[in-house]
Amino acid sequence: MSTQVPRKARAAIVGPGNIGTDLLYKLLRSAHVEPRWMVGVDPASEGLERAARLGLQTSHEGVDWLLERPETPDLVFEATSAAVHRAHAPRYAERGIPCVDLTPAKLGPAVVPAVNLDAHLDAPNVNLITCGGQATIPMVAAVSRVVPVPYAEIVASVASPSAGPGTRANIDEFTRTTRWGIEHIGGAERGKAIIILNPAEPPMLMRDTVYCRLPDRVDEDTRQAITASVQDMAASVAAYVPGYQLRGEPQFEEATPTAPARVAILLEVAGAGDFLPPYAGNLDIMTAAATRVGEGFAARITARTGPGASEPSSTTA
Amino acid sequence: MTTPTTPTALDIRVTDSSLRDGSHAKQHRFTADHVRSIVAALDDAGVPVIEVTHGDGLGGSSFNYGFSHTPEQELIAQAVKTATRARIAFLMLPGLGVKDDIRAACDNGAEICRIATHCTEADIADQHFGLARELGLETVGFLMMAHSRPAEVLAAQARRMADAGCQCVYVVDSAGALVLEEVTDRVAAMVAALGDDAQVGFHGHENLGLGVANSVLAVRAGARQIDGSTRRFGAGAGNTPVEAFTAVAERLGIRTGIDVLKIADAAEDVVLPVMDEECKLGRLELMMGHAGVYSSFLKHADRWARRYGVSGARILLRAGERELVGGQEDQLIDIARELAAEDATTAPTGG
Repeated sequence: MSTQVPRKARAAIVGPGNIGTDLLYKLLRSAHVEPRWMVGVDPASEGLERAARLGLQTSHEGVDWLLERPETPDLVFEATSAAVHRAHAPRYAERGIPCVDLTPAKLGPAVVPAVNLDAHLDAPNVNLITCGGQATIPMVAAVSRVVPVPYAEIVASVASPSAGPGTRANIDEFTRTTRWGIEHIGGAERGKAIIILNPAEPPMLMRDTVYCRLPDRVDEDTRQAITASVQDMAASVAAYVPGYQLRGEPQFEEATPTAPARVAILLEVAGAGDFLPPYAGNLDIMTAAATRVGEGFAARITARTGPGASEPSSTTA
Repeated sequence: MTTPTTPTALDIRVTDSSLRDGSHAKQHRFTADHVRSIVAALDDAGVPVIEVTHGDGLGGSSFNYGFSHTPEQELIAQAVKTATRARIAFLMLPGLGVKDDIRAACDNGAEICRIATHCTEADIADQHFGLARELGLETVGFLMMAHSRPAEVLAAQARRMADAGCQCVYVVDSAGALVLEEVTDRVAAMVAALGDDAQVGFHGHENLGLGVANSVLAVRAGARQIDGSTRRFGAGAGNTPVEAFTAVAERLGIRTGIDVLKIADAAEDVVLPVMDEECKLGRLELMMGHAGVYSSFLKHADRWARRYGVSGARILLRAGERELVGGQEDQLIDIARELAAEDATTAPTGG
C-alpha cells in the first residue's frame, strides 16, 4: 500500500452542452477527479469555449480526437444522447476506459450512489437511470430496508424549462425506466412513476413525492424506524446533492376503504446553481450523482495504477 | 379519412365525459354496472361519443389520484360492448399513462384517443399521437388549464399537436375559470391557426356557472366538438351539463343529434342514481374557478383539509398561487401540511 495521496483520476467529458458544463463545474471541485478534456462536435460550441477558458483541453472533433491523445482518460463522462453513447461505448470499452453514462442509453448497470454504488464500482459502464429515479429511489430503499414494500409510486414535478427536447420526446421512457429502478434498486415489489412538467414563472424547484404501501397495521416503533431510515437516507443523498431535502416528516396514512396503508415522503431538490439554474434540481441531481459515481471509480482507478502513473491499465475485468 | 367523423347532418359533435370526468366525483369507484347503464342511456339518447377512463386518464389508478374500483380497461370493454351507435373514447396524459395503455384501449374496442397535456407542454405528446394514428384511432388533443395562457400561446401549442397527428384540439377549461369572450378569443385563435388541418373543441367546467354559455360561444367561434357530462357529473362543480347544452343548442338551431327528452331522462333516472352526490357550485368549487385551480383537486383538497385540520379553500388558493398544474395532487398534501404547521406557530398559546 502506498502512503502517498493518490493522484486524481483524469476524466474526459463527452458532450459540452448544459449537462456536461454543469458536470464540469462540479468535477473542478472534486478531490478525486480531474476534468482534463472536453469534446463535442460543434466548432462554435460555447461549452467547449468555456471549458478551454477553465483550462481543459478541448476539441470539436469528438471522441476520435479524444481517443487519439497520447494520454488516454482514466474515466469518461458521457453527456450526449442515448444514440451517440451507443456508438461511443464500445470504443471506450475496447480501451478499458470506464464510463459514467448520463444519457438514457442504459448499457451498463444502473446506479443510485446512496443505494448501490459499491455494487458496481468495477463495471465498465454505469447508467444513472433518470432524474426522478435519482431523487426517489433512495427513499423507496429507505422504506424497504425497514418493511417489505409491495408497491411504491413516485411523482416527479419538474420545471418546464428544465425538461429538454430529449425528455419531452421520450416521456414514456422516463416512466418505464424509473419504474424499473423503483423495483430493482429501490426494492419495491411493484413500482409506478409519474412525471409532471410545470411551466410556472419563476420556475419551480423540483418536487418529488414517494408513496410506499405499508402493511395494514404498522405499529409506532415501525413508523419511527421508517422515519429514521428516511432521514438517514436523505442525509446520505444530501452529502452529494446539497439541495436535496425532505419537506417535513414522512406522512403516514392508515388504510381507507379505497386505498391501502401508506407512507408519503415529500422532497424538494434545489440545484447547486453551478451552471444550470437552481430550479433545475432534476438536472443537478444527475450531474451530482455522476460526480459521486466518478469519484467512486477514481478510487479504484488510482489504486490500480498507483500514484503518478500516466497510463491506465489496459486489462479489463 | 383524416377528419373526425361528425355525422354530416350535425353541426357539432358532443362528447359525454360522465364516465371519465365523473370518475373524479365518484372517486374512481365506477363499476361495470354503472358503465353499462350510463352508456346504454346516453347511446339511446343519441350521444355520439362517450368517454370512459379513470378521471386522470389511462394509468391514473394510483395513490396520487385514487385507485380504480374496477380496472378501466374492463370498463372500456364494457362500454364498447354496450354501445350500439355511440363511439367510445378514452383519455390519456403523457407522463402518467404510457403507449401500452393506448394499445390496450384500442384492443378493447375504443375508437377515439384523447391525449391531454398542460397547455404549454404539447410537445410531450408527439409519440402518443403518432402511435394512436398508427393504430387507426381518431385523435383529440387536450390543452389543459387553458385559462392560464393567452390565445396566441394556445394557438401555437394547438399547431404543434396538429402537426403530431391530432385531429381536433380542445380548449380545456380545467379550472372552470374562463369567462365568455375569453373562450371566444382562444377558440378563434386556434381555428385560425389550424385551418382545415384539425378541428377545435371546448371542454368546460361549471365552477363559475358558465359551462353552457361558454360552450355556445365556443361553437360560435368555430368549435366543432363540445364536451359535457350528463347531470354535470365531473370534477369541481362538474362539467357543462349535456342535457342543458342540448336544449340550448336546439333553441339556437345548432344540431347535436341528441334527443332532449331522452337525455333529460337519462340525467335524472340513470346518471343521478350513480352519483354519490350532485356536483354543486359550492364554496370550494367557486374558489377553484375564481383562483384558476385544476378542478380535480377538489376531493383531494377536501380530504387533506379534514386530515390536517385546515381550510380546504386555503389549500386551493395556495395551489393557485403556486400555479400547480393537473397531476400535482401530491403537492396538496405538502400545502395542507405547511398550512397546519403555520397555524401551529401562529396559534395563541397558553390556552
